[in-house]
Amino acid sequence: MARLQSAAHEPTADQIAEEKIYRRFGVTDEEYDLICGFLGRRPNYTEIGVFSVMWSEHCSYKNSKPLLKKFPTTGPRVLVGPGEGAGIVDIGDNQAVCFKIESHNHPSAIEPYQGAATGVGGIIRDIFSMGARPVALLNSLRFGPLSSERVKYLFEQVVAGIAGYGNCVGIPTVGGEVMFDESYEANPLVNAMCVGLIDHDRIQRGVAGGVGNPVFYVGPPTGRDGIHGATFASEELSEESETKRPSVQVGDPFMEKLVMEACLELIASGIVVGIQDMGAAGLTCSSSEMASKAGNGMELDLDLVPQREPGMTPYEMMLSESQERMLFVVRPEHEEQAKAIFAKWGVPCVKVGRVTGDGRLRLLHRGEVAADIPVRALVDECPVYRKPSRVPEYYVRNAAVDTTRYPEVTDLDGALEKVLASPNVASKEWVYRQYDYMVRTETAVGPGSDAAVVTIRGTRKALAMTTDGNGRYCYLDPEVGGMIAVAEAARNIVCSGGEPLAITDNLNFGSPEKPESFWQLEKATDGIAEACRRLGTPVIGGNVSLYNENTNGAIHPTPVIGMVGLVRDVDHITTQGFRAEGDAVILLGETKAELGGSEFQKVIHGVTEGRPPAIDLDREKALLDALLEAIRAGLVKSAHDVSDGGLAVALAECCITGGETGFGPDGRRLGGIGASIDLVSPLRPDILLFSESQSRVVLSAGADRAEEVVAFFREKGVPAERIGRVGGARLSVRVNGRPVVEADVARLAGIWRGAIPWLMNG
Amino acid sequence: METSRLTAPAGRTEHGPDGPQGPLMKFAVIVFPGSNCDVDCHKAVEDVLGQPVDYVWHTASDLSGYDCILLPGGFSYGDYLRCGAIARFAPVMDALVKAAEEGKYILGICNGFQILLEAGLLPGAMLRNRSLKFRCDQAALRVETTRTAFTGDYRKGEILSIPIAHGEGNYYCDEATLADLAAHDQIVFRYVGENPNGSLDDIAGICNRAGNVVGMMPHPERATSRLLGSEDGRRMFTSVLNAWRVKHGTAAVSGA
Repeated sequence: MARLQSAAHEPTADQIAEEKIYRRFGVTDEEYDLICGFLGRRPNYTEIGVFSVMWSEHCSYKNSKPLLKKFPTTGPRVLVGPGEGAGIVDIGDNQAVCFKIESHNHPSAIEPYQGAATGVGGIIRDIFSMGARPVALLNSLRFGPLSSERVKYLFEQVVAGIAGYGNCVGIPTVGGEVMFDESYEANPLVNAMCVGLIDHDRIQRGVAGGVGNPVFYVGPPTGRDGIHGATFASEELSEESETKRPSVQVGDPFMEKLVMEACLELIASGIVVGIQDMGAAGLTCSSSEMASKAGNGMELDLDLVPQREPGMTPYEMMLSESQERMLFVVRPEHEEQAKAIFAKWGVPCVKVGRVTGDGRLRLLHRGEVAADIPVRALVDECPVYRKPSRVPEYYVRNAAVDTTRYPEVTDLDGALEKVLASPNVASKEWVYRQYDYMVRTETAVGPGSDAAVVTIRGTRKALAMTTDGNGRYCYLDPEVGGMIAVAEAARNIVCSGGEPLAITDNLNFGSPEKPESFWQLEKATDGIAEACRRLGTPVIGGNVSLYNENTNGAIHPTPVIGMVGLVRDVDHITTQGFRAEGDAVILLGETKAELGGSEFQKVIHGVTEGRPPAIDLDREKALLDALLEAIRAGLVKSAHDVSDGGLAVALAECCITGGETGFGPDGRRLGGIGASIDLVSPLRPDILLFSESQSRVVLSAGADRAEEVVAFFREKGVPAERIGRVGGARLSVRVNGRPVVEADVARLAGIWRGAIPWLMNG
Repeated sequence: METSRLTAPAGRTEHGPDGPQGPLMKFAVIVFPGSNCDVDCHKAVEDVLGQPVDYVWHTASDLSGYDCILLPGGFSYGDYLRCGAIARFAPVMDALVKAAEEGKYILGICNGFQILLEAGLLPGAMLRNRSLKFRCDQAALRVETTRTAFTGDYRKGEILSIPIAHGEGNYYCDEATLADLAAHDQIVFRYVGENPNGSLDDIAGICNRAGNVVGMMPHPERATSRLLGSEDGRRMFTSVLNAWRVKHGTAAVSGA
């Protein structure tokens, strides 16, 4: 078509075809032929660019779609499921909670500060574009070992980037997790989650409804940053990745704050027809998705798009991922009202196009048509692939590994200190003290307990929230690892006094082109789907990040589960630390010899092998239901999930974070309380203390009610033992009457708190 | 604490809007672009005092209707330059200076403190934290003077637990200014135990000579209920209400 414009320095449609230039954008020969079919001609440079981002894994889920279909996505409380900016769940009283997790792994590997910062910015926009007021942020991070200078740099800068963005916007970062393992060296994982509150009647959708309605562009001008970010995210990192630094966007949290306040004011005014953020694939994705959802088309006049630099081409404008931008549609009679709101906040707001009825995305530039594409082809017609899958050799080999064969560790004080000093187990205070976790003054439980708890003003309700995932378990058995990720998240929510509502998932995996990696993805999604069904927590949205590879191969498969629960009454809020002298310590669940994938196995024996702990989802469900009932009945003073580092670490954490709060007269921080524990077991003491058997919780209760509490759980089929009492300044553990741990809690606290600062500064 | 249970803030305020204590004290919370503790300050006044409180936009030019003006925390104008350096040029600042001169009560918290320094309403300047990192934590403060409008309900020497959340809270001034602050009883709070940001002489908050303008890095509005972990900030608010009532000859209220 002669009328289609092509910038002078860009390859022509014929050159793209003949020189197979599309391959550079990750478009296959077959996909190229399909595109030609949809257009009825060869695509020009802008068009092939637009197709390549919309058909990237990041935007189209072309490799993961068949697997994601397995997830349960509905439930009596689900108001909005996957497919919108974020999912929404009912919490009663016309209120709902909106949340989503998203990855920014590749940008963070190349430019950690901006990569992480813009990851936070993007997920915040996903939440407020639904009409919800963001109330909390969480994250889930993975790095290589801190012995490497490069890893220290990545860790330091990622944390600073998250802090710099979230703190400035004024949304508290209340929780998260950080883990370190060789498998993430050079391919860190940076997943950010945002939680928002919304009234049912305020829910927005990204729809470009009403033919003839104007389309507005909001936010700072479009620059040449982040071009092809979505494509970049859909390939492996390599030596050349460094040259893709320009694919990483630069964030402006101050602008985000203004855009957020202005958009929420716009939405509150009730005049919005549709609104969506410009995230991955920027203007391309937002315009085509909004048109597609309404069954309409859209015409954009690119000359009207605010531009940061002169001479930008349609290709650059459409593929830019400049940050803090939104697209919205209102009826013509509301144009001036909308503009006035943005003028008040000092945020640029420009009419750039209109909704059309012909189902096409048409881009005008300097009086010519720069692209003309059927919207449906972009959004719905990307081919879906079922990649070949193969059981990895290592998995077969691991079946024969006996994880009890290691020589017995007899110095258990020493082992406990070593495990507490592992950065995976150690206090993450060094990280979260850089996050403002209290702004908005609704944070009842901040980082460092099982789940964070954020209150809801004007009600007795609160939201519990957590992110969980264990790459080692998933590597050893992706299906079991997937189940455990969901179960552990649910346990953290319940330990904090909440009822699990739903999840958002972030699937961080290696290249789907590799059959072993695809098998991991397949199995992990099976496990997640099964656990979500059994535990009653549907998947309301999420993100897929594939191609996480480095020169040593794929990362450990790492599905991260973001879960939100409802605390019915703030009186139910429970934390992990032991409270008072004389309280009874009770262990729920059964301990088996399960060291596969454990922190102890890695720290003490230097390996990750065998099978991970088993999980019985029926037992898990029974535990969760009983524990929540006990907490609501006021029987429980503290509750802590037994996870990384097993029972020994769980007890140490209950002691370290327990006791009094506040400060002494000399300004000394109070806190810490001892416990005296007696265990009876046929297991070897080192295995008993460090096994990571699932479905276990350490709780404390008033001594006078201990018998009642134990009986309560047993009646519900949940194994429960009174194992000791809270008190003193030491953690003493005896196994079958023999002392095995005798540690000063203040000393353990020093090791646990000091480990990461020491690794970073020492 | 007896148990791990935390109690919600009372659904009522201590002093109803038409309380028996007499006329209402009017509060303003100034909102700059990038303020993000404005809502928290507003809530604190509502929850602790039940007195009327308005958000006042940075473009306002008249503050004459208010008895107490709060400058909230946040990142005014993004704080991409020195913290508070742009905010001091906001249109509302002329009215703020006038209010300070008239003896109105002014409290700058965190970014609000930085703005008071930049505007010259309080002496000194802020440096980046010694750690060069943002720091969010509970901090132990010692009350150094009870003569200000905002600290009358505390006891001198009392230790408070009040949160901090800042990257530039390392207070600094020259020796003469420090001597002057000490000589005129203008050091309001000091950190005890650990100094979280490296501030000169462990200073956490100061006031002007008259004691009607106070600036502090810690956030008293974040310490107003047990649910938030501390109630030690409540008396900042009751103090100023009492100061105002004493000045206007009405009955004082009890502390938190």
